[in-house]
Amino acid sequence: MKSDYNIIIIGGGPAGMAAAIGAKEAGEDDILILERDSVLGGILNQCIHNGFGLHTFNEELTGPEYAERFADKVRELGIPFELETMVLDVTPMSDGRKAVSLISAQRGAVTLTAKAVILAMGCRERPRGALNIPGFRPQGVYTAGTAQKLVNLEGAQVGKEVVILGSGDIGLIMARRMTLEGAHVAAVAELMPYSSGLKRNIVQCLDDYGIPLLLSHTVVDIKGKEKLEGVYIAEVDENRKPIAGSEVYYPCDTLLLSCGLLPENELSSGAGVEIDPRTNGAFVNDRLETNIEGVFSCGNVLHVHDLVDFVSEESKRAGANAALYVKEGRKGGREVNVTVGNGVRYSVPSKINTDALPELTHIRFRVTGVYKDASIIIKSGEREILRRKSRILVPSEMLDIILKRDKLADVTDDINVYLEEVQS
Amino acid sequence: MTDVVIIGAGAVGCATAMELSKYKLSVCVIDKESDVCEGTTKANSAIAHAGFDAEPGTLKARLNVRGSEMMEELARKLQFAYIRNEAMVLCFDEDTSGLNVLKERGEKNGVKGLSIISGDEARAIEPNLTDEVQAALLAKTSAIVCPFEMTIAFAENAFANGAEFRLSTEVTGIEKVDNGFKVKTNKGDIEAKAVINAAGVYADKIHSMVSSTPLKITPRKGEYMLMDKETVPTVSRTIFQLPTKMGKGILVTPTVHGNLLAGPTAVDIDDKENTATTSEGLNEVRAKGSLSVKNVPWGKVITSFTGLRAVGESGDFIIEESDAEGFFDAAGIESPGLTSAPAIGEYLAELVSKRIPFEKKADYIDTRQGVIHFAQLTDEQRDELIKKDPAYGRIVCRCCTVTEGEILDAINRPLGATTLDGVKRRTGAGMGRCQAGFCSPTSMVLIAKKLGIKTEDVLKNGVYESEVR
Repeated sequence: MKSDYNIIIIGGGPAGMAAAIGAKEAGEDDILILERDSVLGGILNQCIHNGFGLHTFNEELTGPEYAERFADKVRELGIPFELETMVLDVTPMSDGRKAVSLISAQRGAVTLTAKAVILAMGCRERPRGALNIPGFRPQGVYTAGTAQKLVNLEGAQVGKEVVILGSGDIGLIMARRMTLEGAHVAAVAELMPYSSGLKRNIVQCLDDYGIPLLLSHTVVDIKGKEKLEGVYIAEVDENRKPIAGSEVYYPCDTLLLSCGLLPENELSSGAGVEIDPRTNGAFVNDRLETNIEGVFSCGNVLHVHDLVDFVSEESKRAGANAALYVKEGRKGGREVNVTVGNGVRYSVPSKINTDALPELTHIRFRVTGVYKDASIIIKSGEREILRRKSRILVPSEMLDIILKRDKLADVTDDINVYLEEVQS
Repeated sequence: MTDVVIIGAGAVGCATAMELSKYKLSVCVIDKESDVCEGTTKANSAIAHAGFDAEPGTLKARLNVRGSEMMEELARKLQFAYIRNEAMVLCFDEDTSGLNVLKERGEKNGVKGLSIISGDEARAIEPNLTDEVQAALLAKTSAIVCPFEMTIAFAENAFANGAEFRLSTEVTGIEKVDNGFKVKTNKGDIEAKAVINAAGVYADKIHSMVSSTPLKITPRKGEYMLMDKETVPTVSRTIFQLPTKMGKGILVTPTVHGNLLAGPTAVDIDDKENTATTSEGLNEVRAKGSLSVKNVPWGKVITSFTGLRAVGESGDFIIEESDAEGFFDAAGIESPGLTSAPAIGEYLAELVSKRIPFEKKADYIDTRQGVIHFAQLTDEQRDELIKKDPAYGRIVCRCCTVTEGEILDAINRPLGATTLDGVKRRTGAGMGRCQAGFCSPTSMVLIAKKLGIKTEDVLKNGVYESEVR
């Protein structure tokens, strides 16, 4: 079997597939996608609800339908992919290529090589243990995504009386899903004073089913030694500490956790990729290239997205850039830093090469809290590149600012992204 | 009539079964849980202690040192994880005489390789120790061990040598009969010439079924926090604290799996089932752990848990024939019980032999083939294994690199796993940073297929209703 490639893409989910298509469409033919599951599509395969593809296809698709469009394209373009293949290690080699060690039933334990590697491994859910909720460790406590997989792909009935901690999108989707499966969802508790899920999911998945969203609340105790019997939910103060005496007992057999997603960057770290502690994803430049030459990152392994359409768009760019890298090597030139200020938690990219700007440059970021009538400001030194007023900005919605080449052409100072709040 | 019934399939029960299975005896182990290693054995510090803690002359001292000596060879022959990683006892006080007391005690107990080093010397070999450390006792023979794998290995070895295991079987009473006992369970009676009580925190309850002398076992709660695998270990030795007025202190240690473990607290409770963690307990672990070691990655906790130590009243292990002839207690087996387990097994066999004379088997098997740990193999070994069985080419647990082949082996082998926790303890699947988020659906499907039940009916732990008769 062939073992040397121009581009190896790790992950065959929405990011990996779009990256492959992007590379192929940019003229690169020597590509291999490595996917750990038995089908392409990644997490989309278990997202059987609709709402995918509004930006990409102008229609509302289910997760599997959205994935299938991309998988069809991958097959149509003749891009090779290998399934049930787990990459265990990526190592930069002295000649600039990367060694990719993998395990698969088909190949055994082998090491492939590639000029460029695209990291597209996605993310995982924050588990109960990482939340430090006291109490027992019974059966019946699942992360929302695990429950989603059991219900939607394994056809299992997960529980009948449900409490959900965390208002991430998967938790909200599962509140509706469990209700449709005949379960009763008593409440969704959210530690923060705002939801971490999309507004549309709160309306369509909670409000439409009369499921209460308890903001500034958390689970403080878990009861039941072997099987879950119930949880105590308490209100929290402004420091997110439970308020004594506010505990309410909710009998339940299922507790779903939707308390954050963590990019799966163990492979990246192992390869020497620098990780941004704010996103838990790689630091990348505007080409989505990491600190290691020829190693690119895109999708949820780079930073957690709320819409798959944004993942696809970003990953296509990563693919095209990797193809360009294979042809021309790393672009030299002047790089300016992208820094963040008031109200902005992080930005992707963290560097922009102003000597080799593409037609359009994306700056993606999230805000740190709920802001009303604030303005997004992008500045370089004294020069204001962008000012955009927004009626409402929330942390659950990733912002995507697209700048034309001429806006950044002669920028030399660091670019700062921040919010200007209205004076009350 | 069975020769020996052992009540309790924890480290002590299984080690004793293994020891007795060397002889021409019929042995039966009973446990109320669906798997071995479900009580105190599954939630502790996982240390093979050197033996300097116990008072010279006690059973604890003797059996600890003997157990520590036996452990390395057992780990090799029975294939369970064991690493002699050394330990330090830290002293934060300028007066370091407490360390001398420990060293002398250890030497009286026959512990080799003890020395006292300065705070700077300690920091030179463990750079993350805090500046408050004044001196330390270094113990070269201290080790870390996988308590699950150890106990499962003992059980599988005992089984291979003819011991019977009746799991999901709860003892409801014991009656004295001619030449022995009738052990009553929820699944019928078993008559035995001798009974060994290795019931952990329930040893007092079992004891009182036949004996008129009082025995009280108090569960002592210990809370722990387990942190994600580390590429550069925060500490490589087990770090104890010298007990102070503030209490016994907690330890920070690497585990055999490469995680960092901190704990335990020590709170005596009444409820023998109360393995819940508390926010006070976890706060205490964090606060006290940070006294010894700086840069403990508290933000990378992947799980926390509570274990119950079975504490007797004398301060020593209670291992003796009771007032009921032929009924033996192995009670109050708190720390260093895990280390002592194989030595307790030897000692109990000696006690039992005085009651029922027995002779060695000629065909005793002293080795065991463990579940292959794919993650620990070289690429060549992996490649060969996958060619033999493609199930080893399918990774199920991403965090710990556990393959379908390993999970199938864990389920299909004798005394195999029937629950998710059972799979976890045999293979490591689900022990990682995602805490079984990705692998549990696949493990559930594989278990369900083996047991012929629905996927959603697969238990995390505990007893299947169909097993209760």
